Amino acid sequence: MGKLEGKVAFITGAARGQGRSHAIRLAQEGADIIAVDICKQIDSVAYPMSTPEDLAETVKEVEALDRRIVAAEADVRDRDALQAAFEGGVAELGGVDVVLANAGIAPMGVNVRPNEWDDVLAVNLTGVYNTVEVAKQSLIERGGGAIVITSSTAGINGIGGSQPGGLGYTASKHGVVGLMRSYANVLAEHSIRVNTVHPTGVNTPMVVNDVMQEFLQNDPSLSNAMANALPVPMLEAVDISNAILWLVSDDARYVTGVTLPVDAGFTNKK
Amino acid sequence: MAGRVEGKVAFITGAARGQGRSHAVRLAQEGADIIAVDICEDIPSVSRFYAGATEADLAETVEQVEALDRRIVATKADVRDYDALKSALDDGVAQLGHVDIVSANAGIFIFGDQSHLVSEQDWRDVTDINQTGVWHTCKAAIPHLIEQGSGGSIVITSSTAGLKGTPNVAPYTASKHAVVGLMRTLALELAPHSIRVNTVHPTSVDTGMIQNESTYRLFLPDAEHPSRADAEPVFRTINALPVPWVDPVDISNAVLFLASDEARYVTGLELKVDAGYTIK
Repeated sequence: MGKLEGKVAFITGAARGQGRSHAIRLAQEGADIIAVDICKQIDSVAYPMSTPEDLAETVKEVEALDRRIVAAEADVRDRDALQAAFEGGVAELGGVDVVLANAGIAPMGVNVRPNEWDDVLAVNLTGVYNTVEVAKQSLIERGGGAIVITSSTAGINGIGGSQPGGLGYTASKHGVVGLMRSYANVLAEHSIRVNTVHPTGVNTPMVVNDVMQEFLQNDPSLSNAMANALPVPMLEAVDISNAILWLVSDDARYVTGVTLPVDAGFTNKK
Repeated sequence: MAGRVEGKVAFITGAARGQGRSHAVRLAQEGADIIAVDICEDIPSVSRFYAGATEADLAETVEQVEALDRRIVATKADVRDYDALKSALDDGVAQLGHVDIVSANAGIFIFGDQSHLVSEQDWRDVTDINQTGVWHTCKAAIPHLIEQGSGGSIVITSSTAGLKGTPNVAPYTASKHAVVGLMRTLALELAPHSIRVNTVHPTSVDTGMIQNESTYRLFLPDAEHPSRADAEPVFRTINALPVPWVDPVDISNAVLFLASDEARYVTGLELKVDAGYTIK
């Protein structure tokens, strides 16, 4: 019997990378999935963002596990669209028990682009706020649940460089920790738990692309600062999924308000 | 289905009862063999609060682990006595083949005096067991872990009092903070060997360490004979989630996660299992 048998999880940024990995890992443990992703480019982001084909692949992989999935293209910045996607999923799968606010962008590059700061704050911080807001009533009605917000080692440390996108990334990833702590307090009376995870570099298209590699190599102080303590250069997405699976399962039924680094000792080494 | 720590061996201090026994049973359920130690004695400075574990308690842990078809080597040993602790571990490794997981769990709880009124004896007992005892546990295990060359996971049991000040609980609070410093240092020293080191920070846990009249009186100073039922609503106020305390297995599930390969890149972390106590 899976750890999440009979539960429904709402996951943003689910088309690829960590979000897809979370959808699959939770489905392996019995959860049905409501998946959303923007599946479009944002102009300030230099690396290629997700596509409708990516989201279709997530659907295929979850269905191959004999779980149900309702996927919709929606931008976490657009509260109405996100609400509609959420409600469409609930109509088919029932109320939600697990919320993973995972969608995020990292608009860093050697060349600064317009609107980096505004876009990264809108997606990574306001988008998380929107995600929790559209889902929280469903959790309350279910009598409890678990929310996990994906922050970063940049949510605990001052890293990311000096340009608007990097500063905004670090600010947004710190910002969601404040959101998490407030929601953890506000929602505790409903037995809803709220935690953040803080990955170091993960082998996903957001990190493993020419733009990000050029950005990191261009500034040795930044790439040196990215070294982990454990002898591993980069984590796999499933390592983050396993931490999230633990947090949302009954194994962690009294864990709330926690900032959980999955960072190969990066933060402790700083 | 293979257990989550199948084929591993776990060294657990304070394993006779409470959280330590729960860790032994939970890890054994997931396939680990166990090297268990406990002092199995009353400690004079603690006796005015609660009774110490007994050899019968440790025998009960052995019985419960063996009932799961796992092997266990249990020894009466005091974490303050490095030589005794090391020989208990070495003997366990000789019998079970290796050690992969370390749960530095043994600890005592003394409270009631403001810091400047704490007796020399109380301070020494808490420091020797909760702080030096954890160091001894790591010191005995680390050479095995390094020599084996297959990584490993050390989990030190701290407390919410390892993250926040707690009035009238100075020696305990100081010792539980100290092991966080030890954890952070060990995490760096041992990372090149792929040995991970983390702390867990429980809120109140439903064990004999808190379920006693002396502890109830800490929360209800005016009651003559406060009971568990009297204490429950007061304990509830310290947590954010609507529970007065958590069960030992809730801490065991956190230790299991940290000990397993699911957390293969988690190190240097203070993991709270505290029902929101520290953010409230």
